[in-house]
Parts: sequence; C-alpha cells; structure tokens
Amino acid sequence: MYRRVSILLRKHFVSVLILCASIVIPFSSVKAADPAKGKALFQTNCASCHNVHKKLTGPALAGVEDRWPDKKLLHQWIHNSASVLATGDKYANDLFNQYNKTAMTAFPQLSNEEIDDILAYVKVEQAKTPGGVKPTEAGAPEGAEDKGNDNSLLFGIITLILAVVALILMQINSNLNKLAGDKEGVPTPDPVPFYKNKAYLALIILVLFMVGGYFTIQGAIGLGRQKDYMPEQPIFYSHKVHAGINQINCLYCHAGAEKSKHAMIPSENICMNCHKAIKEYSGPELTTAEGKKVDGTAEIAKLYDYVGWDPEAGKYTKPGRPIEWTKIHNLPDHVYFNHSQHVVAGQQQCQTCHGAITEMDEVHQFSDLSMGWCINCHRTTKVQFADNNYYSIFEKLHQDIKDKKIDSVTVEMVGGTECQKCHY
Amino acid sequence: MEQKKYWKGLEELHNTDAHQEIVKNEFSEELPFESEGLLNATTPRRDFLKYLGFTTAAAAIAASCETPVKKAIPYVNKPEEITPGVANYYASSYAIDGEYVPVVVKTREGRPIKLEGNTLSAITQGATSAKVQGAVLSLYDTARLRFPSIGGTETTWAELDKQIGAALAGLGGAPVVLLSATLLSPTTKKVIGEFLAKYPNSRHVVYDAVSYSGMLQANEASYGKRVVPSYHFENAKAIVSLGADFIGTWLNPVEYARQFASTRKINAQKPEMSKLFAFESHMSLTGANADERYTHKPSETGAVALALLAAVGGSVTAPAIADKRVADGIKKAAESLKANAGKALVVSGSNDVNVQIIVNAINNIVGANGTTIDFASPSNYRQGIDSDMTKLVSDMNAGSIGAVLVYGANPAYDYFESQKFAEGLKKVKIAVSFNDRNDETTELCKYVAPDHHFLESWNDAEGRAGYYSFAQPTILPLFKTRAIQDTLLTWSGNTTTTWADYLKNEWISKLGGQEAWDKALQDGIVEPATAPALGGAAFAGDIAGAASKISSAKKGGKLELVLYEKVAIGTGRSANNPWLQEMPDPITRSTWGNYACISNKLAKTFSTQLGDDYEINAEKKVLKVKSNGKEIELPLLIVPGMHPEVIAIAVGYGRGNNVGRAAAGIGKNVYPFVSFNGQNFDYFTTDASVEATGQKEIVALTQTHNSYEGRPIVKETTLEEFIKNPKEVNEDRLELKKFGPDFRKDATLYPNYSYPGIKWGMSIDLNTCFGCGACTIACQAENNVSVVGKEEVAKAHEMHWIRIDRYFSGDEENPEVVFQPMLCQHCDNAPCENVCPVGATNHSSEGINQMAYNRCIGTRYCANNCPYKVRRLNWRDWNGADSFENNLYDVADMNDNLTRMVLNPDVVVRSRGVMEKCSFCVQRLQEAKLDAKKAGHPLKDGAAKTACQQACGADAIVFGNINDKNSEIYKIRNEQQVDRMYYVLEETHVLPSISYLAKIRNKDAAPKAEKESAHKEEAHHA
Repeated sequence: MYRRVSILLRKHFVSVLILCASIVIPFSSVKAADPAKGKALFQTNCASCHNVHKKLTGPALAGVEDRWPDKKLLHQWIHNSASVLATGDKYANDLFNQYNKTAMTAFPQLSNEEIDDILAYVKVEQAKTPGGVKPTEAGAPEGAEDKGNDNSLLFGIITLILAVVALILMQINSNLNKLAGDKEGVPTPDPVPFYKNKAYLALIILVLFMVGGYFTIQGAIGLGRQKDYMPEQPIFYSHKVHAGINQINCLYCHAGAEKSKHAMIPSENICMNCHKAIKEYSGPELTTAEGKKVDGTAEIAKLYDYVGWDPEAGKYTKPGRPIEWTKIHNLPDHVYFNHSQHVVAGQQQCQTCHGAITEMDEVHQFSDLSMGWCINCHRTTKVQFADNNYYSIFEKLHQDIKDKKIDSVTVEMVGGTECQKCHY
Repeated sequence: MEQKKYWKGLEELHNTDAHQEIVKNEFSEELPFESEGLLNATTPRRDFLKYLGFTTAAAAIAASCETPVKKAIPYVNKPEEITPGVANYYASSYAIDGEYVPVVVKTREGRPIKLEGNTLSAITQGATSAKVQGAVLSLYDTARLRFPSIGGTETTWAELDKQIGAALAGLGGAPVVLLSATLLSPTTKKVIGEFLAKYPNSRHVVYDAVSYSGMLQANEASYGKRVVPSYHFENAKAIVSLGADFIGTWLNPVEYARQFASTRKINAQKPEMSKLFAFESHMSLTGANADERYTHKPSETGAVALALLAAVGGSVTAPAIADKRVADGIKKAAESLKANAGKALVVSGSNDVNVQIIVNAINNIVGANGTTIDFASPSNYRQGIDSDMTKLVSDMNAGSIGAVLVYGANPAYDYFESQKFAEGLKKVKIAVSFNDRNDETTELCKYVAPDHHFLESWNDAEGRAGYYSFAQPTILPLFKTRAIQDTLLTWSGNTTTTWADYLKNEWISKLGGQEAWDKALQDGIVEPATAPALGGAAFAGDIAGAASKISSAKKGGKLELVLYEKVAIGTGRSANNPWLQEMPDPITRSTWGNYACISNKLAKTFSTQLGDDYEINAEKKVLKVKSNGKEIELPLLIVPGMHPEVIAIAVGYGRGNNVGRAAAGIGKNVYPFVSFNGQNFDYFTTDASVEATGQKEIVALTQTHNSYEGRPIVKETTLEEFIKNPKEVNEDRLELKKFGPDFRKDATLYPNYSYPGIKWGMSIDLNTCFGCGACTIACQAENNVSVVGKEEVAKAHEMHWIRIDRYFSGDEENPEVVFQPMLCQHCDNAPCENVCPVGATNHSSEGINQMAYNRCIGTRYCANNCPYKVRRLNWRDWNGADSFENNLYDVADMNDNLTRMVLNPDVVVRSRGVMEKCSFCVQRLQEAKLDAKKAGHPLKDGAAKTACQQACGADAIVFGNINDKNSEIYKIRNEQQVDRMYYVLEETHVLPSISYLAKIRNKDAAPKAEKESAHKEEAHHA
C-alpha cells in the first residue's frame, strides 16, 4: 500500500514537471523570471493571504497581471499599497474598498525581479485547473508487489515432502522387516493400517496438541493487543501530508506531549489555524488502504462542517461539533503512561514508539504496546544521566561511571522497570 | 521504662474468653460466607466438568476476544487553561455552617476532584478537616436538586421569578423573613439586605442548628460586643475546656486544632508544651487529647465554671462539688491558669449565657483578654440568636409572617420543635427554599430555587474581621441551579447586574482595581499585611447575677442525656456523604449511624447480661431512651470515659428519606431532645431514663477488627519524665544497638536493598495527632478508596488505607487515650513481599512496598503476614471494575456516573479479589519527580507530599526523602527527635519506613510503684 502511494507520487511528480516545463519554457525565452523561485517566494510571502485560484484574505491572483493597468503600478502596490492608494488610482481604490479596507502588507524588501518571479509562478499556476492537477491516468497502480524474503512457505513444503519421504521410508522399513521375518519363519502380526497404528495416532495427537496449544497461547497473549490497528477515521486525515510533506512539527498539534500524560488530539481550533486559509487539497493523490481514492478537498470540507465554518463567507456560521476520532493507541486502564516523561525527560522521538508517522496517510499502531515491549526499551534505553541535574542524587552511579565500571545508565538502573512506575 | 497496658475496648482490658477467641481467629466471620447450599451440594464429576466448561466459556466470552472500539474526542475549541492530564488549581472557600476554611481546589479536565487547605491563609495555614476533605464529594451528590420547582413540579427560572414576583407583590406589607444558617459572606449579606429593604418590616433571621447564642449574648453582656472573639490557642500555656470540643467540633476546629498543635510540638532541646484540662460529660475528641480529664454531669457545668472562677480568685462563693476528683481537678486547673496568667485560656461549649459570662470572668482574671482572646478582630463563625428563631416560629404560627425564604437552614429537621415550625410554615403565604436538596424543610416549601454548590459559585467569606477568603466557580453548574444571590438580585428588581459582576464590582471598589481583584482570586484570600495587634475588652459582666441564675437553674437528675456533634457528621447538614458516614468516629470507632453512648457502670445497672462478647459482636442491644417527654430507641455502645450517669447521643442522624441514599434511614434524630430555657437552647436534659428493649441492632465498629495482642506499639511518657531523662522513652531501642552497626544487614535473610536515589520515609508525631480523621478522608479522595457500607464494615471489610487506631489505657472510667495513625509501613524487610505466590507485591528502589493490582490473585497471604494489618482485600466489586456488571456492590450511589466524576483519574479503581493498601501516594511522588526531571533539578524537599500529610492540620505527618540530608524527615530522625523517634514493632526487624514520635503527656508523673500495682491488678482481672 505504501509502495503504491509512492509510485503514484512519482508519477504525479513527472506530470507536474512536464506541465510546468511546457508553460515555463516559452516565457523563459522572453523574460528571465523564474517560476520555481517565484513559488518559494510566493509560499513565504503571499500564501497566508493569497491563493492563485481562490479568494482568501486577499483576491485570487490568477490573471492579476491582466487586471492591473500597469505593471509598474503593480510593483508599487506590492512594495507599498498605501502609496498607490494615495495616488487615487481607481482600480487600486476599488480593490481596497472591495476587501473591507484591509490594507495589503507592504513588501519593500522584494525586488522587482522577485516580484516578477512570483508573477511568473502565478501564471504557471493559473494555467492549471483549480483543484490541483488531475492525474494523467487513473489506471491501477502497477502491481509490482514484492514477493518478499519470506521463505517459510518453501520451508514448509520441504518439511512436508521430507515428512512424507520419512513416512514412506518407515513403511518400507517395516515391510522389509516383515518380509525378512516371513523369510526366517518368524511369525509377525498382521499389519496394522497406519491410521490405526497407536504410535502414529499418539504422534498426531501430540502434534495437534502442541500446535493447538501454541496458537491458543499466542491468541490469549494477543487478546487486547492491536498492533497494526488502522481504523477508518471520520476524516481522512493524512499525517504524511501534514507532518511529512508539509513538515509540521508534531508538537504543533499534539501540544500535550510536552506537558501532560496525554499527547492530546488537537482541538478543531488548532486545525482551523491553517485551514482557514487552506481550503483545498492540492498535494499528491491520496488513497485509502483499500485503494479507494480520497478527495482531499472534500475531507477539508468535512472539517468545516464539524467546526461550523463557512469557507465562502469566511466565518463561523453554526456551532461546532467535536470530531469523534477512533482511538488507535489504547493502553489498559491499569497502566499509567506519561507522554511528557518520554518526550521531555526521556528525550525520545515520537517515531520510536509511533513508527514512521510521517509516511502514514492513515495511522496504524506501530508497536504492540505490550508490557514486554515497554520493559525491553526501559532495559536498553539510556537516561540523560550526566545532562539532567535531577540524577545528581544518584551518587553511587556517578561514582561507577567515574570508576569506569559502567559507561552509561539505563532506565532500569534508576528503577524504571519497577511495578509502581506504571501501575498505580 | 515499663510498658503501659493499652486496650482498644473493655473486652481486651478484661481479656474475656470471647476476646481470646476472636484474637485466635483470623476472620471475624465464619468462612466461607458464600451461600451454604451451593457448597454443600454433592456435585458428580460430570456436573463438575459441565460447570468447569461453562465457566471457562463464560469467562472467555466475558473477556471478549473483540477489542472494544474507543473514541477520542477532542475539544472543538480548547480552553486555553486546560491541558488534559494536567491539574488546575483554583482558590476557594469552605464556609458552611459558619466554619471557615480557605481551600485550594484541584480540578482535572474541568472537574473538581480534591480540596486542599490554602496555605496562604493566616487563620488556617493550609489545615483541613474530614468535613472539608469530604465536601468535594457533595458536589456530585445524586440527591442534589437539579432544577427549580413550584409545588413539586419542575419549572423554569423565568416562570419562578414571575410567580414569586407576583406573590411578593401581593403580600400587602406582611414581613418577609430570610432564614439562614450563619453566613460568612459580607457581599451576600449586602444582597440580602438590598432584597429585604424592598419589603417593610422584613428581617434576616440567623439560626444555627447547634447554637452558640449563649456565648454571643454573654459577650454582649460582658463586653458590649455580640461577637465570637478570635481565639489564640497558640499563645496559651494552660488551657481549660469546659465541654468545648475545640479540636473536633467547636466553632472552627480546623483553626483551633492547628493553633493547639503548635503548642504540642516538643523535642528534647526545647521540652515545653501546653497543658490542657478538660471537664466534660462524654468522651470528646478534645477530652481524649487532654492532659487531665474530668467528667461531670451536664447539669453541673455551671457549678464547675463557678468553682473554677472562685478558685482563680473570682468574687463568688463556690458551690460544693460533690465529686472529689473533679473538685481537685478544678483546684489544679485554677493553679495552672494562675501560674500561666497571660498565657491562659478557658473555653466553654455551653450554650448557657450565664455559664459563658462566668467563663468570660475567669478569662478576664487570668489575663486571657488581649493575649489568647482577641476582641479587636473578632470571628464571625456563629451569629444565630436562639430567641430570634423562637420568636420567628411563634410569629409564623400567629400568621403574621408573609414569606419565609430558607437558605442553608433546615429547621424542619434540626429545630427542637420541628413540628411547630412545620405548622407555622403552613401559615406563611410564601415559603421558598434555596437548599441544595429536598430536605425536611424544602419538602414543606412550595417554591424551590436551588442554590449552586459552593464549588460552582462566586462568593466571599469573612471568617475573622478583616480576613477574607473568596470562592470562584471551579466547574460550570452541573444542574439547572442558580446562585441564591442571583435569585435575590432578580427578585429585588436588579435584573441588570449578575452576581458575578456584583461581587467583582464590590471588591474592585474595595481593593482599588482589577489587578488587585485578580490577585485576590488567585491567592484566594485578602488579609491584613501585618497581623493587627490582639485587643482585649473591658469586662463588665454581672457575675453575681449570672452566678445566682446558675445556682437556680434546673437541678440535675439521676440520669442525664447530652447531645453532641460527631467530628465527621456535625449537625447533619452534610450527612449524605458516604465518605463521612463511613469515617470511623475518633472515639467510638463506629461508622454509619448514631447510638447511645454509656459507661460500663451504667450498662451494668440495668442489664447484667451484656455478656463478654459485647464489643465483639456487631449486634448491640437496643435501648429505649426517654427524656423530656420524648423517647427514642437506639443501640447502646459502651464508651470508656463516659460519666456513669450520662447518656450521650450524636445529632445529625435520622434524616428524611429524600436527602439521599447515604443519610436516609441511618440512625435517629435526637434534636427533639433539645430544650429552650427561655433564653437559649440546652443541648442536654436532666430527666433521662433508659430501659432495655430486647431488640438488637448492628453498630458497625472498626477498631475491634484487629488485635496487637498486647505488643508494645505505642510509646508515651510524661513531660516531667521527659525533661528528666529524654532517652528513657526509648530505652528498649538501646538493646538493638548492641548488635552493632551492621545489624540491619546481618540480622535478616532478606536481600539488603540499596536505595541509590530516593528513599521515602514518613514520621508521625503521636503528640500532635489528635485523631480527627482528616487524613483518612483525604486519602480516600486521593486514592479512590472504596466505600463499603454498614453491613460490610460490620464484617471487617472496610477499605481505608490509613486508619487511626484509638487505644485506651488506665482507669476504665476515665482512661487516657492515644491515637495512632496506622498505614502501610513500607517495610524494608516486608513480610508481605515474600509470601506472595505471584510476586504482586514487591520492593522498589525507593523503599516503597509496591502493589501491582493486576498481578494479585487474592490469596491474602500478604494480609496474614502483615504485622500491622494494613492490607485491605476487595471482598466485593465496589467500583464496577469487574467484567461482570452484576457483581457490582454499590453503596449509596457511589457508582453513579455523576458520583464517579470525583474519582482521581491518575489512580485505578481496584476490582474484586484484589489486595490494596497505602502506596505513599505514589502518583504524587511520580508527578513531583517528573516535574523535577523536566526542570532538570534534584527533587526539592516538600515537593512531594502525601495526601494525609497535606490534609493534616496539625502537621503531625512529615514525609520526604531520607537520603537527602537536608530534608525535614532526615532532620527529625537524626537531629531533632532522636529521643522520641521509634518504629512500631521494631523488634521484629521488618524495618518500617514510618517512624513515630512518642507521645508526651503534660501531667504529673504517677509514682511508679502505684502504676505497677495497678498493672498487676489488671493482670489479675485477666
């Protein structure tokens, strides 16, 4: 599934590249404006208020050059809109009034060339259909599924063949024995068919018992554990898009991870910090684990519905409803776990327990969250012994380090595997 | 020093056969106590296999292979101040029935879950009581009224306002009366005043269920001030209590107990302490903590006061005190008062104005005014005047009252002529109740306008003149209730200002700005920057007049009845609180109900058949108590230290059926025995008689559940002996020293644990533990300790992690009492640890004896092997923690979804068949350590506090890291209290982590020979 997505992405990338090239090349011969540079500038300076196709705080920028009577004036407007308004330019003043007299931020630091780069980028973008580039082909992804390195099936078949051979050999052996006995005149009992042979039956029962027992125990241990649990969520929220592609810090949304035992699922107002502006999804195509395509913009619309935001009017129009996410990481009630302990005091990365979250469109449980898993980590993980002054009271351990008896201190050595560290 | 004999009850003192029997038996009930029929049934092998198969299948189904799908629902718009999983604290005030305790409320995810004392308050300094600790549970009381109603049907506030407005307008000048208990809020009083000003002839009547009217009137007569002065026990070296239980129930016991405790802290370097004399009729908490205690009949209170006045040099002729012991005691007390003039204090619990005038006269002579009694900043703890109330009731019956608005008072239950009040209320045109539940008075009111709980409301409180504390909402109102102040503002036509704004405006103008108001709310208090100088008052009381009235007062009878308040239940206002109902009474160790306390001597006069097993069997004989033309049937309880001619019964029980499941039907109401002497209510009668009924009733006692079998667990000495030789009290510990310094390591088969970082330890001072039980309830709130109910307590199944053992010693008619808090001792060589077959209880590197509930299979080996008997088994599923819903054993709605909001989310609830015990509040220790780790500094002493330690008003409990040489606990053990420090059952070498400080009594040391012979006599008895 992950592989599939990455292939799609690659494909995407190529088509975007081709498209860009086809638009950019003719211009580049005329002017030196670089849409690639412009994109970066646009995202740093303009994107918080402008979109190419949509009205945000400011107008949609598609066709902006055509709307302005004079490119020089446009440069001036961007450098300092107030000065243009002061000249009494009609278009500028109309625009100002149309947007509730919200003055555009002045960008005196942008050079004219840089502004041209941005405008070039806008031109490239406006040529695309709104809502992002449609994939060039919707065909099923290439099914280049790897067979994997799992040889167990092969081993199983070989074992089975060997077992049959062994059985045949045993049968032959007993037949030969019988023949030899007959020859010598030693009376031998009538042959017992193998399915009535007590030795065989006992062996089969033993094997069945062992196999059954193994699966029963494994099943029992697995009760309540849900590694790889990946439930469907009310909104297709992709960590890959947010934390991976867009590099949003985990703690921006999961602010509790630093302060509290709960990492906290962000409240909807945190989502709206960005999604007031980001109204549509224009990233790589999203698919569910089952391969169904996901319309990212529609998912953002779901958020608006929950929170009661009208993107057209640009305001909250109805009371918000909370989103009922399905909880993935469930610890039993008798376990105390504290995120801030691990993130702040323990300096652990989120990925240590949650896996490659930046690669996951839909989050699944990466670790089995079993006690053995916790304990193993506590046995091997080193605490910030020298750096954190809290541990200064452990005089003996400090002495041992000095004496080179030990080179580091694990969580276990400061009591991290005791019952009441987690159970109370 | 020879060991005193301690006994927890008479059968232990006399070592009866039944007692020996129970000591031998591990369990107080026959085992097994499941259905007999099932166990006796003969089960053929095939049936057995069928059952086995069925139960296995059932268990598998119940365990449910399907993992339930859980939802995680974030806020839509997260309040800035809430971080799920992190507690927020808000300052508030406990100001109920005149008690004044500034508190700090701990909230989690917007739910208040624990109250702590506000350490900024100069009055209480962070102290709390059991009642304060229990108050958070009352917020989630299922019996609270949830909406306004008219004539019993739900209505809206708008409709109620409309109807009341019309009704009030139609009164035609008939007076409106607001009837309340003592109110401490000056701004609420202002709102009430504005409301009443709209109606001519209206008045505010203050009525206290247990009245201090006599004291108020006496102070008016003596000093011209109708106030309760502020007491300063901390300045007193000699204190005489004439029936004033200032440690348990008198006025504001949280404040006084803390002050008193400061005079009882003692070490060998500074061997000084106050001396407390108690003269009383029944065994009160103050009497139990007194250095010298004398008993008299309640009718003799005046005589004792007069005799004391005469003895300190007052110009009265002393009446003859028949009891020579009491007479000698008065002489001794007087000498002590005179010797400590200027550092002396006499307090009286009498509600008789004349007795209080005499007490004022004594205080005047011994120089208490301005030193231990302060009239410059008086207290507001009680304001009710009895005659105001009786006048109101007669006015009501005369039909001259237009409207009665009841707020926080419940006269239909606790007024002595409740029937008369009820009839009078019928003649009142408008009866409104603001009470929080459908109590006895509210039931009679047509209009019900329920007030918020104090944790939901804005308020202020002026405990002492100039000392303010504030309350702010810590949760949105759970129900459709409305603050009484909002209601009154609306009814007085002020519809523009909400109560919150009204209070804010009032204080901003007083404090001078928003910033000051914000700080006041954050601190919770506003107090004078420097404590004002204590002020006396010129005594101008009519001693002769009071004396003559006392001598002509009602003569004592053969048998007298005295009514008292229990520490946990008080007047009964907060009786519907399962925590407080199940808190063992400090003296009797009984839970859930009241009973007739009598002396053994009295018990024998009318029934010689009480039997040896009297204290062992939970079923007690029921007595019919008659007095004052009324009678009542209650089980009897023999209480050592009762005056032989006195019966004592607690008020606050026998509540109506609608006040809630915990209080309804528990005990009997004894307020009808109160009488009015023309000026004040008397809380005793002199014409009591008792007779046996032949019935039996269960009294759920806790103390008889275990036995120490006479081992030396309490150490005590007298001040005189302590000064002479401070080491004597611990003489026996010297024996251990001769084994050498490695004894700790060598004398055991146990592994010698090392404690590389922290080693937790606790010290409990038996001298300042007064047995009030605040720690027990604080622990219950902090650790989700289950409530088990009366029947289960009677079976010794109570769950408290910290209990307070009460031991008597000496004379059974007037014994000495010692309180010993007992909790898991977290032994280094813990006997429980190595008998656990599944390793569920084991040792941590910080010295904590850990309990892993989910490993426990309930063998109870650990409890058997525990020398301190502090382990508690969950005999039933008290919390719904089992997989099977039907297993739930719910007591008084403790498992209602509303009540469960009080649970501490950091501590699990335990399921059936699991052992539990004190964890040293490990969740708090972990939190404190984590905070230190995150901040990158070593754990500071005092950063980790256990719930019991924090709740203790007397600071009797000190807790900390004994590896830290700068910690208080280290200093106590190794520097300050080397002489008094001992471990309980140290000779067993279990190496407890809790040390105790020996009790020191400030009494004349009894000659040793006499003591020894007394011991021998007791031995003969046995």
